[in-house]
Amino acid sequence: MNSELAGSRGDLNALYERAQQLSSPDLRDKIVGSLYQESKRLCEAGVQHTKTKRDRRTEKLDAVFTSPIWGFPIMMVMLGIVFYLTIAGANIPSDMIARFFGWLENYIAAFFDWVKAPEWLYGVLVLGLYRGTTWVISVMLPPMAIFFPTFALLENYGYLPRVAFNMDRIFKKVGAHGKQSLTMAMGFGCNAAAMMSSRIIESPRERMLAILTNNFVPCNGRWGTLIVLASLFMAAGYTGGAKSLVTTSVIVGIVMFGILVTFLVSWVLSKTALKGVPTHYTLELPAYRRPKFWETVIRSSLERSWAVLLRAVKVAAPAGILTWVLANVNAGDTSVLMHIVNFLDPFGQMLGLDGYILMAFLIGLPANEIVLPILIMGYLSTGALTEVDNLGDLKQIFVDHGWTWLTALNMMLFSLLHFPCGTTLVNIYKETKSMKWTFLSFLIPTVIAIFVTFVIAQSVRLLG
Amino acid sequence: MNDSYRIALAGNPNTGKSTLFNALTGLKQHTGNWAGKTVSLAEGTLLHKGKNYRMIDLPGTYSIFSNSRDEEVARNYIVFEKPDVTLVVVDATSLERNLNLALQILEMTQNVIICINLMDEAEKRGISINERLLTRRLGVPVIKISARNKAGFPLLLDTIERLAEGKIKCEPARLTYDKDIEAKIASLEPLVADLVEDRISSRWVALRLLDGDESLLDELKSRLKVKEGTA
Repeated sequence: MNSELAGSRGDLNALYERAQQLSSPDLRDKIVGSLYQESKRLCEAGVQHTKTKRDRRTEKLDAVFTSPIWGFPIMMVMLGIVFYLTIAGANIPSDMIARFFGWLENYIAAFFDWVKAPEWLYGVLVLGLYRGTTWVISVMLPPMAIFFPTFALLENYGYLPRVAFNMDRIFKKVGAHGKQSLTMAMGFGCNAAAMMSSRIIESPRERMLAILTNNFVPCNGRWGTLIVLASLFMAAGYTGGAKSLVTTSVIVGIVMFGILVTFLVSWVLSKTALKGVPTHYTLELPAYRRPKFWETVIRSSLERSWAVLLRAVKVAAPAGILTWVLANVNAGDTSVLMHIVNFLDPFGQMLGLDGYILMAFLIGLPANEIVLPILIMGYLSTGALTEVDNLGDLKQIFVDHGWTWLTALNMMLFSLLHFPCGTTLVNIYKETKSMKWTFLSFLIPTVIAIFVTFVIAQSVRLLG
Repeated sequence: MNDSYRIALAGNPNTGKSTLFNALTGLKQHTGNWAGKTVSLAEGTLLHKGKNYRMIDLPGTYSIFSNSRDEEVARNYIVFEKPDVTLVVVDATSLERNLNLALQILEMTQNVIICINLMDEAEKRGISINERLLTRRLGVPVIKISARNKAGFPLLLDTIERLAEGKIKCEPARLTYDKDIEAKIASLEPLVADLVEDRISSRWVALRLLDGDESLLDELKSRLKVKEGTA
């Protein structure tokens, strides 16, 4: 090529140094400012709008939704509305589906009896597989069928990009890339998918920040756990609408806490292991538009809810069988499951949890969706209760195993903060090609989860 | 192939840049590596009045400050590979935002055509654009097209031809910054000119160095004539 330059590296370095001496911190802003001014001048002279209603509306809405004062309160309210609809709407169908599966189980049991199936087969297939999967369906399907379409509607109306815009300011302050707000939003759906989406961040440093902190927003797999535990334990003294409202605030609080941890960890990392200054970028805010309502609702219910559910069932089925086997194969005088539970129990108690819960999180590594079903199966395998027909029975199982609101809160927090699921870890490795960073993305959340639950459990016990 | 002119396509994402690229080159496309880089760009051939033009589709970017790999690739191609013509595709429905990139490119290179795409959509929304005024103000041809409907192509192709063959000259209007920045550029520019001679706009290099563009510095180093030892 003919673009070879005269001179030497030394000349260039000297030139660059001279330029840096001349430069000032606000130079970039001034350059960008001049560019914008010129573009504006050109457009004022050369572009005419004959019907401008549409743009005005977007501008007006943006002034509210992305305002420094109103942006965040509106965001919290929107989030609250989505969760309220999800929680208030999901209770009844959840109960109905659980009852239906319980009713069906009687017939299946009768059938097994009739064909004189061996006890272990009944155990594996019905107590393990059937109960595991039906629990996932009845607990998770209704909230998802409400949550996804509502979320998709917000997205299609053009509100979600504004959330990213609001978040951008904070991410820049903590030394991370503004686009991390987008990967974080993606994490609310699925952390594993969010890992892939972190590709939109070009700088390796900022990308790593996004990857390491993505886990602190709850994904689909954890919404179920959070919603169920919050509605069972957090609003015990309330009824009706107030109950859903309290549950909603607890969940919004948990989500806010997760986002706060995201910021804190990003900030600490960007000051220590991943030092640097955030890079400049352009975030495109699309115009607000009315989506095709029913199409959005139907598509998101069918595609997203169905896909997530299918995945849950696929993982829940083998995990259900595994749990049943562990609970029914004896080593010495107790089952393998009880050995694990007893081993983990002292540590679990320290965190305000118990051995069963920790075991559920460990076996649930492949997918967060199955943590709660495994936990229930673990409790059931000890024979406290044999049939679960509704959510009230479910709470009774927990209470029988010594649960209080503290246990529920700490399990929610542990679920929010703990290590990412197996799929996410695999994706992190694929994206970073580094065992070190993959391990760190396992370690950092786990340490934080243990620390937070430990502090809460100990201080609550101290205060009585 | 080397006797054919090279046309680079730049523009913001979602401006219909790829639609234009596909419409102009049809199926005559392949992915080409260039200058030993691992980055591959889509390349296609355009036949106009019996002459072949090689079209190179640069990554869509919002700016060209080398924040990202894509921006670096686009910048390096325009500055160092020196296409005969750079087409900047802009979205007629959000011209103001799109012009930022166009203005940045005008600082880097001489032969630029600004293609205002999505004109059909803009007309529907009641946006009318005075391209003559923009041509005068910017000092480069501004052409309205609709890549989807292949509207405005004859004029575009003729302009490409005339610009590539040097029948028309561009005088890109250079943006003037505030006094302070201009003074700094002025003090740095002669030093830059000694190094880059007339191959690259020394004003632009001076500005980028003032802005602390280390990736440009590295790129310049890798293109030094006198290669020193590995040390």
